[in-house]
Amino acid sequence: MDLAYTPEEEDFRARLRTWLAGVLPALPPKPSPDDWPARRAYDLGWQRMLYDAGYAGLHWPVDAGGRGATPTQHLIYLEETEKAGAPYVGANFVGLLHAGPTIASEGSAGQRARWLPPVLRGEEVWCQGFSEPGAGSDLAALRTRAWRDGDDYVVSGSKIWTSHAEVADWCELLVRTDPGARKHRGITWLAMPMDAPGITVRPLRTLAGSTEFAEVFLDEVRVPVANRVGAENDGWRVTMVTLSYERGTAFVGEVVACRRVLAEVAREARKNGRWDDAALRRRLGRLNAEFRALWRLTQWNVSEAQGTGGVPGVGGSVFKLSYSHARQELFDAAAEVLGPEALDQGRQWTLDRLSSLSYTIAAGTSQIQRNIVAERILGLPKGR
Amino acid sequence: MDFRLTDDQRALRQGIRELLEGRFGREELRAALGRAERRGGATDGKHPEGGQVLDRRLWRELGAAGFFALRLAEAEGGVGQGLPEAVLAFEEAGRVLLPGPLIATHLAAGAVAGAATGEVVVTSVGAGLVEWLDEADVVRGNAAGAEPLASVDPLTPLHRLPASTDRRPGGGELRAPWPPDTLLASLLTAAEQLGSAARTCETAVQHARTREQFGQPIGAFQAVQHLCAGMLVRVEVARAAVYAASVTADPVDIAAARLLADEAAVRGARDCLQVHGGMGFTWESDVHLHLKRAWIRTHRAGEATQGEEELADDLVAGTV
Repeated sequence: MDLAYTPEEEDFRARLRTWLAGVLPALPPKPSPDDWPARRAYDLGWQRMLYDAGYAGLHWPVDAGGRGATPTQHLIYLEETEKAGAPYVGANFVGLLHAGPTIASEGSAGQRARWLPPVLRGEEVWCQGFSEPGAGSDLAALRTRAWRDGDDYVVSGSKIWTSHAEVADWCELLVRTDPGARKHRGITWLAMPMDAPGITVRPLRTLAGSTEFAEVFLDEVRVPVANRVGAENDGWRVTMVTLSYERGTAFVGEVVACRRVLAEVAREARKNGRWDDAALRRRLGRLNAEFRALWRLTQWNVSEAQGTGGVPGVGGSVFKLSYSHARQELFDAAAEVLGPEALDQGRQWTLDRLSSLSYTIAAGTSQIQRNIVAERILGLPKGR
Repeated sequence: MDFRLTDDQRALRQGIRELLEGRFGREELRAALGRAERRGGATDGKHPEGGQVLDRRLWRELGAAGFFALRLAEAEGGVGQGLPEAVLAFEEAGRVLLPGPLIATHLAAGAVAGAATGEVVVTSVGAGLVEWLDEADVVRGNAAGAEPLASVDPLTPLHRLPASTDRRPGGGELRAPWPPDTLLASLLTAAEQLGSAARTCETAVQHARTREQFGQPIGAFQAVQHLCAGMLVRVEVARAAVYAASVTADPVDIAAARLLADEAAVRGARDCLQVHGGMGFTWESDVHLHLKRAWIRTHRAGEATQGEEELADDLVAGTV
């Protein structure tokens, strides 16, 4: 059990801090949350700065154009960028964290050369077309159909919860190519150009009032067969290779941010007098314990990933279950501190409280996560 | 950074696990329970039959294995290990419900003659309570006026102290810093709670795999699966906190570890009992022993309310 960083890791941290201190003050002002083209430009601009400084694709393998950093270096990167207030990954999320790694792992040499460099350089945005109105937790039940017509697939169906669909260049798309096969077997992974005819994007408003994602309707959209990654009907495996490539770093920045918010909430309580309430103090104290533990669990999972060369860890579900709940508790506690002021949606904590409601649903509901823990970690029999 | 256990730490954990499985398995646990009950006067704390509940031979074997002298320097006849190793050892003790004032004796190694080797059983005066007062050879702290109570856990005899003899300096309001031994006792208590929580999780899972109702193992029902998953989540979160606190020895880290480990142990035993159904409510099941011991441990070396207040103070102290 060693929590001390090596001299190389500390050197990496020091150089990153120096670079962040130099570039962050010169960043343009953050765009309005509703201005999607401006958000795209801002996020891509930041990615370009990372690229020029040698931080792009930090955790990607070197032969994919990445830096081949260790999970610990990635942890340090996410910790330091959050602490410094650097921009989030934003519109680059799917490209850097899912579609890109999938192509790096399963794509042909030509596909890698075509799609990976623009992601790293901050030139192209990807979105994800996985979930459907009828395929949420049961993703493999997806029904968007694709059939061959010469050198193209013709795709019809609809996707949902697609972030950045309005401004994306590409969509990593799961389609059903063999309706006769068992549900996991007849799925294919395609890279769909978002400017193809037949695509309609309809923004979805969240309960917080913003449009963070969209529905995407596909009406006989033609996608070249050359855009298929992996074999036809092998798309489920292709996707899972990346989904399970969990290095324990998924929520590093968020845990750092939550710990900062918790301290701000405590200071606000001191200021407005609610700190005199022992029950509230103890509630905040317990949250401090939970977020401290989540930071240690992150270090634990990263150490495991580093030790096994990035083999899928079982810690991801345990972490997500605990974190998503703690995040909701944090913003509920913030609301208690704010009192009636918590009803003002002009307050960031109120917006964060609303958005925290998605955490126990998105990327595997807490119920699905518990099934995973029970069946894959504890070895309980599969429910009927 | 590599938070994982080293090979030496794994070997140490394995060695202690094997020692305890061999010397304090279920039969020995139930035998100790029998001795505690036969002692008869359990409710008045006296020993009409003069019987000892603690197995002194086992105590000396623990001493010989280095359990008490684990952190004592080699020059002083100890094993020369650190807090992480001690935490691993006490986690194992918690798994098997090893009885006795283990932490007090461990903390007395080097300070009280015979403690390190297991020749002497040492207890210490805690926050309002003393464990094993009648069987201890040495008592650290002022136990004057202590009165026996009918301990909920037969394998942890308790005396209560007269009011206001046991408050730490400064009282509840000033929140003076804990003396070092109290901090270590709190961390090692957390380690025992962690071991108990891990064990009740495993026990619940084992039962859910084999017990059949409605024609299938009850572990195939999501309602049962989700109880078990919740247990594992609490164990793993507490484990990260306890291990980290053993590395940093930071008071706030220890408070966090203790809070989460207490919760993992108490709620884990409760959920384990629930998974066992009617059998979980019987004396012959061991689940109640985990729950009762976990309850007792929550009252050691600083209770949850104090830990939460310390963690709250830390937020405004700006050290986060």
